[in-house]
Amino acid sequence: MIRQLYSAAAALAGEGASDKVVPGTGPAAWLTVFVAAVMGFLAVFSMALAVSTDRLAERWSADLGRVATVQVTGTPDTLDALTDATMRILEETPGVAFARMLSDEEQAALLEPWLGPDLPFDTLPVPRLIEVVPGNPPYDVEGLGLRLAGELPGVRLDDHGRWRAPLVAAATRIRTLGYVALGLIAAATAALVVLATRSTLATNAPVIEVLRLLGARDAFIARAFVRRLTLRTGLGAVVGASLAASALALVPAPPDQSGLLVDLGFQGWQWIWPIAVPFGAAFIAFWATRQSTLSRLRGSM
Amino acid sequence: MLPATGTTEEPGVLDLSSVDYAYGDAMLLSDMNVRMEPGGFYFLTGPSGAGKTTFLKLCYLDLVPTSGDLLVFGKRREAMDRDAIARTRRRIGIIHQDCQFIDHLNVYDNVTLPLQVAGRDPGAERASLTELLRWVGLDHKMTSLPPQLSGGERQRAALARAVITAPDLILADEPTGNVDWEMSERLLSLLIELNQLGKTIVLATHDLPLIRSAKARVRTRVLRLKGGELREAGADL
Repeated sequence: MIRQLYSAAAALAGEGASDKVVPGTGPAAWLTVFVAAVMGFLAVFSMALAVSTDRLAERWSADLGRVATVQVTGTPDTLDALTDATMRILEETPGVAFARMLSDEEQAALLEPWLGPDLPFDTLPVPRLIEVVPGNPPYDVEGLGLRLAGELPGVRLDDHGRWRAPLVAAATRIRTLGYVALGLIAAATAALVVLATRSTLATNAPVIEVLRLLGARDAFIARAFVRRLTLRTGLGAVVGASLAASALALVPAPPDQSGLLVDLGFQGWQWIWPIAVPFGAAFIAFWATRQSTLSRLRGSM
Repeated sequence: MLPATGTTEEPGVLDLSSVDYAYGDAMLLSDMNVRMEPGGFYFLTGPSGAGKTTFLKLCYLDLVPTSGDLLVFGKRREAMDRDAIARTRRRIGIIHQDCQFIDHLNVYDNVTLPLQVAGRDPGAERASLTELLRWVGLDHKMTSLPPQLSGGERQRAALARAVITAPDLILADEPTGNVDWEMSERLLSLLIELNQLGKTIVLATHDLPLIRSAKARVRTRVLRLKGGELREAGADL
């Protein structure tokens, strides 16, 4: 299968005059394809990790500014009055698009994971919760918080920033790590190609000697090696990236898209990245092989 | 300097003036002075280890003189960059004793390699290439791999490869070293034919009967290397 793919790729690229002088197979040939496939696989996963956490960070950032909650705490005698006063302040605050008190059923649903069903709201000192949706431009979070706390003791504005912000920071760092891993994979691929090139050059030293004696320019000799190693790396990366993309497509999506989890993988136009990986690998191989080959040839007579 | 046999107006194919070549502390060639004219037929003889191969390597720019002036086709070795050296080598056909083929390419591809190196399409010249292989008696071996050839066939394939681009100079290093007398005579005849077409031939050999055979058929100069020094051979040859 891989051999057929390679032949097809070679045919598509067109067999150059210098290509035949380098043997099609050798100790480094299939090893290069295999390692390039592994690198391609890892590169796609690193990229998936990076774009997924990027998506997660963006979503959490958006949530951070999207909604806030006002907690109204008081005795059973004062709770209704405090709630009404809070609603009045929210309604007259510029930048508040919408404020709504959660019903007992909604609050029960929020507390059910921790306190279980059938919560006796009548007997428990459960605070009232008011959902606040900002307008455009949004309200002054700090100013509103200070006013509520100052005018209505027991009323507190929670913009969720305390726990959302560290998660966003963590997601941003994971994204950065993904890109760093991608850079390391690219560097490792370049190093691998350089090693494979040196091995191939050493194996084919007699061929190079013959070509030089026949008057071949360095560019002619380099072309043969560059083409072969670029194709091998590109082919390996195609196989690896395809396997990784298939694996990602099979990863089940989390049930709750608005929660902490994010589906690992690409969405929409992001699928261009796994397609770009083989091209990137081939470019790295082209550059590394050419530099390495010309450097070696210039180092000889 | 050893005297020239032709006019000195045009540059020689090879001009060596006070050329030395040392490898480490060992002086392999000393005070080489010779001028080789276009269309000349030169024998380079001497015992094994006299420096014949080293001399030829200097001529095809594979080695750099330790001192002295080396001009190939009138151009100074020191003035050539890598591309200029490659271009100069394309004007030189080289026949090695061990032939130096690329073993995974068949005879046809090996022989046409100089054309590919020069950027020419062998397919466009297939008829003349077939004629060339027929000339050296290898038209029936075009698809054979070099390891499948006999010693004589390898030498003839090397000769075909050396002349395929019609080079101005042909350097042959012991081309008859691994073949019988009959094949040596046949190779010599092919080289004499090329010389009569105006090609300069420099043939390194210690095969004295071959030199005598050539002197009987064509005007030659015989240079002898001994102890790292170059001398005109005596009348015994």
